Amino acid sequence: MRRRDLLIAVLAILVVWQVFAMVVNRPILPTPIEVAQVFFVELQSGMLDHFLASLWRVLASTLLAIATAAPLGIILGQSKRMNSLLAPVVYLLYPIPKVVLVPIVLLFLGIGDLPKIVIIYLILFFQILVLVRDQAASLRPELILSVSSLGAGRRALFRFVYFPASLPAILTALRQSVGTAVAVLYVAELFATQKGLGYYIYLNGSTLFNYPAMYAGVVAMSLLGVGLYFAVDWLEHRLCSWQTAA
Amino acid sequence: MIQFESVTYAYPNSVVIFQDFNWCVERGKAWAVLGPSGCGKTTLLYLLAGLRFPTGGKILIDEQPLERPRPHTGLILQEYGLLPWATVRQNAELGLQIRSFYGPDGKHAPSNDRPTGDVEPWLSRLGILSQADKYPGQISGGQRQRTAIARTLALQPDLLLMDEPFSSLDAPTRESLQNLTLELVAEQKLTTVIVTHAIEEAAILGQKILLLGQPPNTITQTIDNPNYGEPGFRESAEYLTLCRDLRSRIGGQ
Repeated sequence: MRRRDLLIAVLAILVVWQVFAMVVNRPILPTPIEVAQVFFVELQSGMLDHFLASLWRVLASTLLAIATAAPLGIILGQSKRMNSLLAPVVYLLYPIPKVVLVPIVLLFLGIGDLPKIVIIYLILFFQILVLVRDQAASLRPELILSVSSLGAGRRALFRFVYFPASLPAILTALRQSVGTAVAVLYVAELFATQKGLGYYIYLNGSTLFNYPAMYAGVVAMSLLGVGLYFAVDWLEHRLCSWQTAA
Repeated sequence: MIQFESVTYAYPNSVVIFQDFNWCVERGKAWAVLGPSGCGKTTLLYLLAGLRFPTGGKILIDEQPLERPRPHTGLILQEYGLLPWATVRQNAELGLQIRSFYGPDGKHAPSNDRPTGDVEPWLSRLGILSQADKYPGQISGGQRQRTAIARTLALQPDLLLMDEPFSSLDAPTRESLQNLTLELVAEQKLTTVIVTHAIEEAAILGQKILLLGQPPNTITQTIDNPNYGEPGFRESAEYLTLCRDLRSRIGGQ
């Protein structure tokens, strides 16, 4: 997508917001200009810490999900026996909305970063697992045989074939689930924490009634989601350029 | 160089492809394996490559039993042998990279291996240097096969196995790659086994031709091609006679 088009879209959203704010004309909908001013003030007086706390939780869970789901997906994609053993479990667990597990995870893991990381991890894990498994299963046996004939054993096949082949699947999985992950992070940060954008938004909106600050938090969380989405886009462009080149 | 000693091979719960099959390939000879679909040509090649193993009997290469893919054997398949996410140069370097990944362990790479890491002379020799930074999806079928050949020859094999290497190419490309193969085989003093279903290709690329029929294959039927590699053979009366002979033998099976 061209940068100019994106800029126009951002401007259009801001204009619609401004018009709505002027029409509604109540404290519960401040104008974007007002929110922008508060955003930069709040960023210097604590919101940045909340942003970084949320960012850390998403990044940690993403790396953890890639490190565990990608190898397992490759194994399941290549081994029909293993897949037939685990496919029913994956089939049952994959569609469960992971957000309903938030209270259970909190009960077991208590306060702190871990329960938040675990809940996002669960969302990303299944998405990556399923896509990488299908990608690995679709690799043509001729390709594997051909690389094996060059002397590749299991380790070299993983390094030179399976891992690079699963990169597009990993990035597609991240692209599909990064929005859900940030949404669930918001829910998870409403409980048992005093750090994170979810907590910050809730505190300002429902306890302090500081609506411009609440909106600043919403903007920060949106930027987190959009930023992650752009990062995945950039990685895809860098690492999978062969898909568009062909 | 290659000996099949009473080799039996059957796919699990399926037909027996080879039964007490004996075959001998001398070093430096160019063999073509010809037969109809389903006769076991590709299976024979996979057995030779160490990617499948006999259910009975044994295969010896240089008097050593074949128990795994051999570092000095090169295999070129019809299609899909290149990594789609790697450029022509990266694909050509793949074998060398795998060797340096393991080091000269004698299993994945020859124990005396000293990889040069330079595939450029091969890309140049095969006429694909100008395509080096393109992906397989961006080049023609002929150029893809040239890349696969460069990748294999960069490993300096002594045995070259090819499975229907040119069957998906148009006639002029096929002919130019057949000629290139003849040149390279002579130049590198390679032992080659080329599997094909095309009678004309077997007659061009086979110094000796092994005919396979409907499985199980038990008898080794070989035909000599004394005029192999001679200039102008493709247009000669001997070539046409050989093709006619092969056709009648296949039809008579």
